[in-house]
Amino acid sequence: MSTVKLTVNGKAVAVDVEDRTLLVQLLRENLNLTGTHVGCDTSQCGACVVHMDGKAVKSCTMLAGQADGANITTIEGIAKGDELHPMQAAFRDNHGLQCGYCTPGMIMSAIDIVHRYGGQLDETTVRHELEGNICRCTGYHNIVKAVLDAAGRMKVSQAAE
Amino acid sequence: MYQTIYHRASSVDEAVSLFGKSSEAKFLAGGQTLLPVMKQRLASPSDVIDLGKIKELQGVELSGDVLTIKAGTTYFDIMQNADVKKVIPAIAYLTSVLGDPAVRYRGTIGGSIANNDPAADYPAALLALGATVKTNKRSISADDFFQGLFTTALEDGEIITAVSFPVPAKAGYEKMRHPASRFALTGVFVAQTKSGEIRVAATGASQSGVMRVPAIEAALKGNWSPSAIDGVSISASNLLADIHGTAEYRANLIKVMAQRAVAAAG
Repeated sequence: MSTVKLTVNGKAVAVDVEDRTLLVQLLRENLNLTGTHVGCDTSQCGACVVHMDGKAVKSCTMLAGQADGANITTIEGIAKGDELHPMQAAFRDNHGLQCGYCTPGMIMSAIDIVHRYGGQLDETTVRHELEGNICRCTGYHNIVKAVLDAAGRMKVSQAAE
Repeated sequence: MYQTIYHRASSVDEAVSLFGKSSEAKFLAGGQTLLPVMKQRLASPSDVIDLGKIKELQGVELSGDVLTIKAGTTYFDIMQNADVKKVIPAIAYLTSVLGDPAVRYRGTIGGSIANNDPAADYPAALLALGATVKTNKRSISADDFFQGLFTTALEDGEIITAVSFPVPAKAGYEKMRHPASRFALTGVFVAQTKSGEIRVAATGASQSGVMRVPAIEAALKGNWSPSAIDGVSISASNLLADIHGTAEYRANLIKVMAQRAVAAAG
């Protein structure tokens, strides 16, 4: 057992876990943040994507101990109170989900993509960049539309700040 | 995953010392291969020694005609690096089509070559560019480093610290990507050194892991063009065959990927 100290959605936490605990298990089972999903458990599907120090990583492919000292943001941490994050709003408006299982990972990866490209995105880039996130409903068309829509909204909201 | 003890090393020396005190330790770099293998219970190290926070293993340096990438540098940092893009853009390209964005944030060049997966991309780059692998004990040429499937010249407890690439005159990489794993169904790295030597390496193809392709090297000598490879015939013997492609298919892929890589190298 080790104590892992990290910041999750802005809140400092210290959790005692077995050394073999994965970051996703710590988030879901110790902190009850079940918005982060486990899909494939083989690092391919991206349902478990969270941000670690601002970068989108697969939380099923990290030991909790590797995240010691890190700043983690999960899907639960991106809205401002009742106001959805522009990416969440764009997924809702564009019907960018069917069953919803992949959605938290899609949204966390998509926010990272918009940050990296500074909003300069086109459809081909979004499709290439989303290849680490799998939608079993194959609802990619509206997911891509949502990301492109959100890229515009995030640019506007950044400019307003 | 079986039980294990996690350690975070703050220096290479500390990592070596932790290794010596453990019974069956494994070094953990980005974890993008080791952790999935541990989750499948195909590996059960008593201890994992995390190299991820060791500062001396981070960074890229260009010194004259030698590009040195420290072993713990992530794929993301490699593909973004201005020196890499300037002097060996083929490495930046190879890195951009490896794994997916989340994997590229975590995976490292040292981890990839220490694992030496027969379908990994970096071994082809090292072999074709005639790179040198630096460890905490010695320097090993890429020719000697890769020794077959998941096998390298590394000894127990030896840690890769950096990879040095001589800057080539020309280099290119192309692969047929497996659409789910993004590993190379077959990938070919072609390079022309500044002294005019031609080296071609294929990954994902051979049953013995990454390999040179002498027939294509000979064809490119004196005629650096995709069409120079038209007449080359690659034997399917000793090539991998699985549900994704027969040995004959991979033999043809070596040729086609080599042609595309030469075209990309210009």
